[in-house]
Amino acid sequence: MRNLLRNILTVALTTILIAGILWAGGPADQEQTHGYGLGRPATDQEVKAWNIDVAPTGEGLPAGQGTAKQGAALFAVRCATCHGPTGKEGPMDRLIGGAGTLASQHPIKTVGSYWPYATTLYDYVHRAMPFPAPQSLSPDEVYSVVAWLLYQNGIIAEDTVLDAHSLPGISMPNRRGFSPDPRPDVPKP
Amino acid sequence: MTKHLQEEGPSGGDGRLDAEDESLLNRRSLLAGTAGLVGAMLMGPMRLAADATTEISPEDPTRVPGATPTAYGQRSVFEKAVRIPRSWWSSLTPLQDSHGILTPSSLHFERHHNGVPTIQPAQHRLLVHGMVDQPWTFAMEDLKRFPSVSRLAFIECSGNSGAEWRGPVGQTAQHTHGLTSTSEWTGVALKTVLQEVGMNSEASWMLAEGGDAAAMTRSLPLVSIMEEAILCYAQNGEPLRPEQGYPLRLLVPGWEGNTCIKWLRRLKLGRAPFMTREETSQYTDLMPDGTARQFTMVMEAKSVITSPSGGQRIQPGFLEIRGLAWSGRGRIASVEVSTDAGRSWRQAALQEPILPKCHTRFHLSWRWNGEDVILQSRCLDDTGYRQPDRTALVAVRGVNSVYHYNAIQSWHIAADGKVSNVHA
Repeated sequence: MRNLLRNILTVALTTILIAGILWAGGPADQEQTHGYGLGRPATDQEVKAWNIDVAPTGEGLPAGQGTAKQGAALFAVRCATCHGPTGKEGPMDRLIGGAGTLASQHPIKTVGSYWPYATTLYDYVHRAMPFPAPQSLSPDEVYSVVAWLLYQNGIIAEDTVLDAHSLPGISMPNRRGFSPDPRPDVPKP
Repeated sequence: MTKHLQEEGPSGGDGRLDAEDESLLNRRSLLAGTAGLVGAMLMGPMRLAADATTEISPEDPTRVPGATPTAYGQRSVFEKAVRIPRSWWSSLTPLQDSHGILTPSSLHFERHHNGVPTIQPAQHRLLVHGMVDQPWTFAMEDLKRFPSVSRLAFIECSGNSGAEWRGPVGQTAQHTHGLTSTSEWTGVALKTVLQEVGMNSEASWMLAEGGDAAAMTRSLPLVSIMEEAILCYAQNGEPLRPEQGYPLRLLVPGWEGNTCIKWLRRLKLGRAPFMTREETSQYTDLMPDGTARQFTMVMEAKSVITSPSGGQRIQPGFLEIRGLAWSGRGRIASVEVSTDAGRSWRQAALQEPILPKCHTRFHLSWRWNGEDVILQSRCLDDTGYRQPDRTALVAVRGVNSVYHYNAIQSWHIAADGKVSNVHA
């Protein structure tokens, strides 16, 4: 009886093993690159149309340039309705000022006091602003508005020309203000 | 004729309708349904009246034929639970009216950064590029052909309960905790798609971008998300709702909701985080010393009693305390309930299914004797993490970090049975 059981067990295990080997052979092909044969190569135009992110290295910044002086007029027309005439009044996000407030009871997080990278400003203004017409500003216009915001925050001079070369080199006041996630961080009772 | 119908049904033995059966079926439905159909036709316009409930509710429903089938179901007209819009960019799930663990898709909380786009699925594409063999594009039909995966998971906005940092602000559980919901999410595993495209082994970060008017973006560390992330095209058995990312969204189970990019159109692989606005000036947690924590992705364990909860009024006698608990790190291991402001705790029962990174229902039988009391719940997840009380949480993080508030919630029950939000 014990031998019979052992034989049945052996046959069963062997079957499972063989089935496993056969099964593993199937999907293995599909786990290779393009193993499923789905989708197609993207064209250069398709990539270019959507590849709008700008990295802290400056990668992704387009040709073009602008200064705070040019940005002032543009800000008044395209941005002030939501951010206030001087970028401080709102009703939407305050953009100017707030230096030295981050450790206070009422921190004011703005481009000047909080944002760690100037390149992010280009990325975001281009991708998402002005709110009613995102991606409508030309590269020159985005550089100009970014220059105005940095100038108003005391980070660059009024005549600084921003372009793909100069923008990544700008040092933001809160560049070292961020740290990785240390959680769990609350001591157990 | 009638006998024939009863014995074999209208389709007969071979599964096809013949002429006789068809005419018989029509006659039968005419006979049986005349009253109901006429009634429905008459009442049709009346249903649009302000208070439909009284007009379509017969005195004795057993004496009037009921309504006919509908193409896309609606809930009972007597049920009124709705999302509350908090602003133009979010709405809150009515957790106090929920049962079990699933959130109906129509009540799943919303958070968007420049409205809900209308996207034609036939025109939608997912572009995968950056550190891959070759830039690649997928149509929705391509993505649906891959082997599918499905799971239940909560999605919680990292700003859920954010107003509570500064005081007991929310009047109801919907206000305090309504930016979390649970669905079954179905799609293709991220790793399947990246494998198909041919990912460079040195790629370590992935930018995910939405096709909405915010072109919402987040950078995600590949090593952390590779095993569980899903590119989802379905929610609770049907295509995603528009406000949940139709036709395609990312799901990173257990991570803050904004990482689950909706209306997903682009994945770009790189060596470093892309430092978008959403991971620098937003969704970073300011500490009392003025520094901020960045890439605080996981939603830590949290629980809330949904009944009784703020805004409700209870009667003395038996009631079942009910609530939800969840953890972005894994399964809920236990939930304890206190009816004396945290001086003593009792183990609540966990209701199956108890799934990782998913709402878990708990309950505890209780008898309220009419005294002034404070109810609390606290949960423990399977990593050993225990939901903190408010004092301990604020001691570490202050009150200006905006996101990731997961302290124990206190509901005060006054002698008149009225329930309100307090910080105990």
